[in-house]
Amino acid sequence: MKSKVINKPLEARKASPLLVSLSAVFLGIIAGAILIALIGKNPIAGFDRILFGALSNVRRIGNTLGMSTQLILIGLSVAFAFKTGLFNIGASGQMLMGGITGSILAFYLPLGMPRPIYLLIIIVASALVGALWGFISGFLKAKFNVHEVVSTIMLNWTAYWLVYDWIQRFIVDPTIVVKSKPIETVHTLRADWLTDLTKFSTLNYGFFLAIIACIVIWFILDKTNLGFRLKAVGSNRFCAEYAGIKVNRSIMISMAVAGALAGLAGLTYYCGYSNIMEMGKMPNEGFDGIAVALLGNCSPVGVFFSAVFFGILKMGRGSLAATGIPTEIADTIIATIIYFTATNVILANFWNGIFKRNFEKKEEAISLALESEGRSVDIQSLSKDERKALIKKGMPMLKEKKAEEKEAK
Amino acid sequence: MSHVIEMIGIRKEFPGIVANDDITLQVEEGEIHAILGENGAGKSTLMSILFGLYHADRGVIKVRGKEVHINSPNDAFDLGIGMVHQHFQLVHNFTVAENIILGKEGGFVYDIKSASKKIKEISDRYGLSIDPDMIIEEITVGMQQRVEILKMLYRDADILIFDEPTAVLTPQEIDELMQIMRNLAKEGKSIILITHKLDEIKAVAERCTIIRRGKLIDVVDVKSTSAEKMAALMVGRPVNFKVDKKEAHPTGVVLDIRNLNVMNNKNVLGVKDFSLSIEGGEIVGIAGVDGNGQSELVEAISGLRKVESGSIFFKGKDITHSSIEDRNEMGLGHIPEDRQKRGLILSAPLSTNFVIKEFYKEPYSKNGILNSEAIEEYGQRIIDKFDVRSGEGIHSLAGKLSGGNQQKAIIGREIEADPELLIAVQPTRGLDVGAIEFIHNEIVKERDRGKAVLLVSFELDEIFNLSDRIAVMNAGRLIDIVNTKDTDEHAVGLMMAGIKKEERSEV
Repeated sequence: MKSKVINKPLEARKASPLLVSLSAVFLGIIAGAILIALIGKNPIAGFDRILFGALSNVRRIGNTLGMSTQLILIGLSVAFAFKTGLFNIGASGQMLMGGITGSILAFYLPLGMPRPIYLLIIIVASALVGALWGFISGFLKAKFNVHEVVSTIMLNWTAYWLVYDWIQRFIVDPTIVVKSKPIETVHTLRADWLTDLTKFSTLNYGFFLAIIACIVIWFILDKTNLGFRLKAVGSNRFCAEYAGIKVNRSIMISMAVAGALAGLAGLTYYCGYSNIMEMGKMPNEGFDGIAVALLGNCSPVGVFFSAVFFGILKMGRGSLAATGIPTEIADTIIATIIYFTATNVILANFWNGIFKRNFEKKEEAISLALESEGRSVDIQSLSKDERKALIKKGMPMLKEKKAEEKEAK
Repeated sequence: MSHVIEMIGIRKEFPGIVANDDITLQVEEGEIHAILGENGAGKSTLMSILFGLYHADRGVIKVRGKEVHINSPNDAFDLGIGMVHQHFQLVHNFTVAENIILGKEGGFVYDIKSASKKIKEISDRYGLSIDPDMIIEEITVGMQQRVEILKMLYRDADILIFDEPTAVLTPQEIDELMQIMRNLAKEGKSIILITHKLDEIKAVAERCTIIRRGKLIDVVDVKSTSAEKMAALMVGRPVNFKVDKKEAHPTGVVLDIRNLNVMNNKNVLGVKDFSLSIEGGEIVGIAGVDGNGQSELVEAISGLRKVESGSIFFKGKDITHSSIEDRNEMGLGHIPEDRQKRGLILSAPLSTNFVIKEFYKEPYSKNGILNSEAIEEYGQRIIDKFDVRSGEGIHSLAGKLSGGNQQKAIIGREIEADPELLIAVQPTRGLDVGAIEFIHNEIVKERDRGKAVLLVSFELDEIFNLSDRIAVMNAGRLIDIVNTKDTDEHAVGLMMAGIKKEERSEV
């Protein structure tokens, strides 16, 4: 499918979201390096350690991807909500609800049942419960105009105490009363072949689930009527309403989808990456997901890569301690990156300025070259190759001209 | 003659468009100088350069004969240049005086008393009649604009730029503004008036610089140049102020409103016991001063507002409580009052905006999956047919278009969807004569194709120009329905004030 481009005029390049995100990452790393240097350690050694801890062997790579799994799903949840005009700060609660659903089912479904069916049940169930948790916020916003930030935070704590109670009630480990019993491996998302392949890492089926989720969400947002509706409501609900789109329904659907994704993240975290749930612990991943979504420019592909990147930092930080560099450095880098991502306008302007100057220089070179050839044509009408040749010819002339101007001054 | 402002050879490019191409503007001291041009001709860009919001790619600016570099609005202020923007920049819960001294408070403790006194003096001197202690949200739009003017005067600006100042004003307020501008000029202030309304230029300006598509066309003496001549210079071809239309041929009732009652935002009845029917092949204009229930009526018909009692029949079917989607499906087209709020998704490309009501229908979508090729083709068709100008065609974000082109995009979308009933609310607000002529012709064409058109406009000219019948609204009630050819502006004006024919004859 090729779209018709209609005589788009030549102009300076614009900074892409990818370039902006990469610049933020770069600046974050530079900030980290300065901090490491300030405490008198070697920054290169520090980053070497992080990469070593995250990627030096198959097990570590497996652990990094295992860690990234929930970040991908949570990032996707936040990104999806963002794209449809909602701020899902309740991913932690939705994650807990998905996790507890999977954990309870893991003990109450018979161990002997066929694994594919079992996996299907827990995946669907945790997604549904997560969706329900998100839907409540959507419903409150649609019907009573309760802002989703307020309701999702409230529901985070509701989930927190529900999980506290349900662990105690249904699946508590009698020897250590603050945790659930560990789930049998066949009832987690772990797969023998993955465990063998990655030498007992935390990598599990959840990773593939996350990849599938990225593709599905990309497809929904970009290719379907549903995505069109949700994005329309997200960008201008008044216009969407005028166009006949049911705004309230869209808000509820958006929050339910976001909740389902976070619910799945809970499943991969508590029944894959780990196999127990602790009482009274709010998962940090719910908030990390906001950073993942921001750095990934809220696009599913971007979320995937930014989640893996954060996964590397999170897994690698453990190895930092060996060098005497505080592990908080890794968190500082993450925080700095988030800061630069949030100020992306500044970064975009920086690049746009460079592109513009560069473009103008080329235009000037072309006009000089044309002048020397005694031709007068519209610059816009030149072909790509002609432009290239003229730029090559004009650049030395431009340099000469600039040098002369300098001398004249 | 001394030039207080000289902009020589100004060039400014934006991606895909040369907004100003070698434009020269010379304003004399104490004159009212108009800049006339279509939407998107480059008037606002030129003024933004003078005001330091943009930087010219090329060209020289001289203020009082001295070359200057204006890098920010603060530089402009320092040179005595002030600008009254189209959208006011006022803090709504502050008083007039507080707004005026905002940013100029001086020390830690500000002296509101002496500021108020100075404001009162300026207000009296120029006949602005503004009380410094009034709260912004409690005063009319016209008064808010005068506060903006006061703000400039308080800061000793003697070159005042007015950017489309009458777009938001009622006819009376426009007259008052014109008088204020004359007072200002008499006191030696130089005024630049950006507009596309010829009657305003005729009323106050001495000279007029005409810009078309980024290029300087001419500088004319207003008194000795006819409005038709100026319009032709602006648009580049002769303009027809009157719409040519043949006799209407009504084809049967399309919309039938019976005893309609609708609440307004303040939860009192905004539309009261309103009955009206419109046939295919006719244009019914609703005349009335803004805020007399027109918005509520239109929102009730289009489904955006709940009906309290009464009923609406569309093509014989009761749609009083139908969903907006169902009404759209039945063939209700609606050019909304607020094009940026309701009409378009500004952050989305034009192609998306064109199918905002139809994206789920074939060929734009099949089995729930969008067909971007069909969507883009459709968008291209509307752009070509309705001459929607933008930097990147269907890929341009709607928010990057000029107001006139945004309106053309909406009108293109609504007409291309081939509605049975077209509701057009203020379809030409803020547009220039060229665009108005185009849009009026399109609306008449719809009528001639047998469609019903409901026109809501606050401009009597437009109502008279287009309507076959005129329904006059006042305080939510229908005062009377008259045939356009049997009435005149004076009679309708009286009805707009709520005076019925019978009552008049008694007087």
